[in-house]
Amino acid sequence: MSWLKDWTWPGRLQDKGIIGMNRRNIRYIGRYNSRRLYPLVDDKLKTKLLAQQYGITTPELIGTVATQFGVKHIGDMLTGHNGFVIKPAKGSGGKGILVIEKVVDNQFVKPSGAQQTLEDVERHVSNILSGLYSLGGSPDVAIIETLINFEESLMAYTYEGVPDIRVIVFKGYPVMAMMRLSTAASDGKANLHQGAVGVGLNIATGEALRGVQFDRPCFSHPDTGHDLASLVVPQWDTLLNLAAGCYEMTGLGYLGTDMVLDRQHGPMLLELNARPGLAIQMTNGEGLRRRLDLIERQPEGVAVEERVAFAQHHFARKSELVETSDTTLSSA
Amino acid sequence: MSRLPFYIIVGFLLVAGIATSVHRHIQFEIPWVPGEQRQVWEIEAVINFNAQNGPVQVDLALPSHQSGYRVLTENTASSGYGLAYQADELGRRAQWTTRDAAGSQQLYYSVQMLVSPDARPPVQTPPGLTSATPWESPYDSAASQLIDRAWARSANNATFARELILDLNGERQGENARLLLTQEAPSTLIVRLLNQAGVQAREVSGLLLEDGRRRQALSSWIQVFDEPANQWAIFNPLTGEQGQPENLLLWETGGRAVLEVEGGTNSRVMFSMLTHYQPASAAVRNHYSDDTLVNFSIHSLPLEEQALFQTILLIPIGALVVVFLRVLVGIKTSGTFMPVLIALAFIQTTLLTGLIGFLLIVAVGLIIRNYLSYLNLLLVARVSAVIITVIAIISIFTVLAYRMGLSAGLTVTFFPMIILAWTIERMSILWEEEGPKQVLIQGGGSLLTAVLAYLAMNNPWVRHITFNFLGVQLILMALILLLGNYTGYRLLELRRFKPITDDEKPS
Repeated sequence: MSWLKDWTWPGRLQDKGIIGMNRRNIRYIGRYNSRRLYPLVDDKLKTKLLAQQYGITTPELIGTVATQFGVKHIGDMLTGHNGFVIKPAKGSGGKGILVIEKVVDNQFVKPSGAQQTLEDVERHVSNILSGLYSLGGSPDVAIIETLINFEESLMAYTYEGVPDIRVIVFKGYPVMAMMRLSTAASDGKANLHQGAVGVGLNIATGEALRGVQFDRPCFSHPDTGHDLASLVVPQWDTLLNLAAGCYEMTGLGYLGTDMVLDRQHGPMLLELNARPGLAIQMTNGEGLRRRLDLIERQPEGVAVEERVAFAQHHFARKSELVETSDTTLSSA
Repeated sequence: MSRLPFYIIVGFLLVAGIATSVHRHIQFEIPWVPGEQRQVWEIEAVINFNAQNGPVQVDLALPSHQSGYRVLTENTASSGYGLAYQADELGRRAQWTTRDAAGSQQLYYSVQMLVSPDARPPVQTPPGLTSATPWESPYDSAASQLIDRAWARSANNATFARELILDLNGERQGENARLLLTQEAPSTLIVRLLNQAGVQAREVSGLLLEDGRRRQALSSWIQVFDEPANQWAIFNPLTGEQGQPENLLLWETGGRAVLEVEGGTNSRVMFSMLTHYQPASAAVRNHYSDDTLVNFSIHSLPLEEQALFQTILLIPIGALVVVFLRVLVGIKTSGTFMPVLIALAFIQTTLLTGLIGFLLIVAVGLIIRNYLSYLNLLLVARVSAVIITVIAIISIFTVLAYRMGLSAGLTVTFFPMIILAWTIERMSILWEEEGPKQVLIQGGGSLLTAVLAYLAMNNPWVRHITFNFLGVQLILMALILLLGNYTGYRLLELRRFKPITDDEKPS
């Protein structure tokens, strides 16, 4: 019966308030996300322009490439920019994102240290345009934006990539948050299923609750060795307000907002997701169900600040990292 | 947002599906489980002749119920001709008539014969002895010598017939036999000699059934009436062998001409035949089918189209398997319904050949696709190149398999090539982005789904149910709708979310 130890009972998940894929799809995405609003978030260029309209900070746009002809001019567009990110407007799951940290002697250096020629970059853009990374393989537009100079205090918690903060916003209320730290295993990408570390964040304070890698608990960053318990996201209230404001911006009821912290500009909106994954429950060690049920009982038309305050009041939690590290010490 | 209309629709589909199925079961006596398969021969006779600008009458002998075969249905195609079926104690005939016909004419007659080993011919009455035409000199003495010789070496009618046939054929053919053969065709001569000796015999025409044969002619056989057994015994006029070969269908048994044409020249009749197996229930149903409104179903279609529908009606089963595995189990597949198409191909190739073929094609395709990615091509061009690659791989495998004598390898062509090309493209991208592990997970998930869908679709009971009870499609629809409404956990989520349920223990 040893193989059974990896499995649990539906009833226990239910007790924990865990939401499964089917419930997320039918009960939340299907009900609160109108299909016609999807293009706003599936097209990152549209999201960006819309965010500018609503006064939500996003990374600065260097330019876009929409035609294969334009690919040849990408060299001119990039001159003068030392670090930049090229991404497909309709990409999903972090696919097709090329991060160039610096340019040295016409060689484009990735965070991993790998060097790319201009030709490599052009090929990447060409691939984006032909729809290699977009949903359904439809022709796409490449977006080039400035590299984020991310917050110094978080530097120690990440390996190569930019750590981003995912906040689930339900009907305008921030219900759950986590930070995704890239690792060597995830190749500098912040995708949890590729091996990035997910850290559940306390909605009240922005402090770490618990860490998870490959769906299993972890207490320090596997590459930098930094203790996760001390992690606190600065400018947390601003960030939550920004995330919550995306509800008015898009009209999507069940929304995943991906934020980053820039050294100069503070919290910025990176992208939105109309079908946010469920891994955030693993990183928080808690199901979404109770929080969503509570929000569903709240009236419409509450101001952003009130919603954030409501969430911070009701969803405050104690960090498990401190507690559990104590128990491991005593048992050791 | 009320879910009531949804449940009403599902309930309606379920009730309608079950009701129509039960109706079919009761009304047409179609069993719930597949019975034995029966072999059915489809035989087509084509009559060709040149009409001579005047009235034409064509008379064709038709097969009847006989030992080993039963007539299921028969059809004719003959525009501008009047048609009448006639039956007497000597057999059935079709008569086409027209007032004025000119030029080359073609008439068609097709019949479905059910192979039923227990079928018995109608009651046999001993025919009156046809008065033998007397021979002229010197043939009379040759004939009587032959008869005397065979009579002396035989014990009864059957052995007498056998000796006579042997005397007229092969090594034992003597001077007398050769003389008589100048006057008559062998089988006619044998019958005439048998009659002369007082043995009831006749010449019959039969068709040797062989699958897929075209432009066949009837062959002659000798029937001798066996007095004590009160039935006809059949002899091969060339070898004297007694007994009816299993694949011999008697077409004309009355001793008359198979085809008679008045008002035409150069007439001939040719036969083509096909065999297939169908459930005994379907064979019986065909027997009783009539064109009423109740019979408005795919079973009133020609057999070829029915065979096509047999496959089409299985696709919902495959879809149900996919929905089940994705919604209730949570298996990842590459391309939602790609596994169903692969499963359809497996039905043609059989499972093992299909699996080996699929893995070979995808593996080689991935290697070549890997090279293509260095060429920096546009997506559509690259996928097109992969399609051509897949076709090339399939061709090479087919030729190789044929050369090595593996006929199973030839069925590899049943794979849907465009789907395979997209599968290779997707897996290749997945490999580059997420690594080989994800490729194995998704590829393995797809294959597992395809195999399960194949096992479901190839199950004889499932095939029988989906083909014979169209109401089942409504039930499948209702099930899929219900599954689409399922908000519970997937089986694999019980493993995925397991760590969350663990950490309450320490506190």
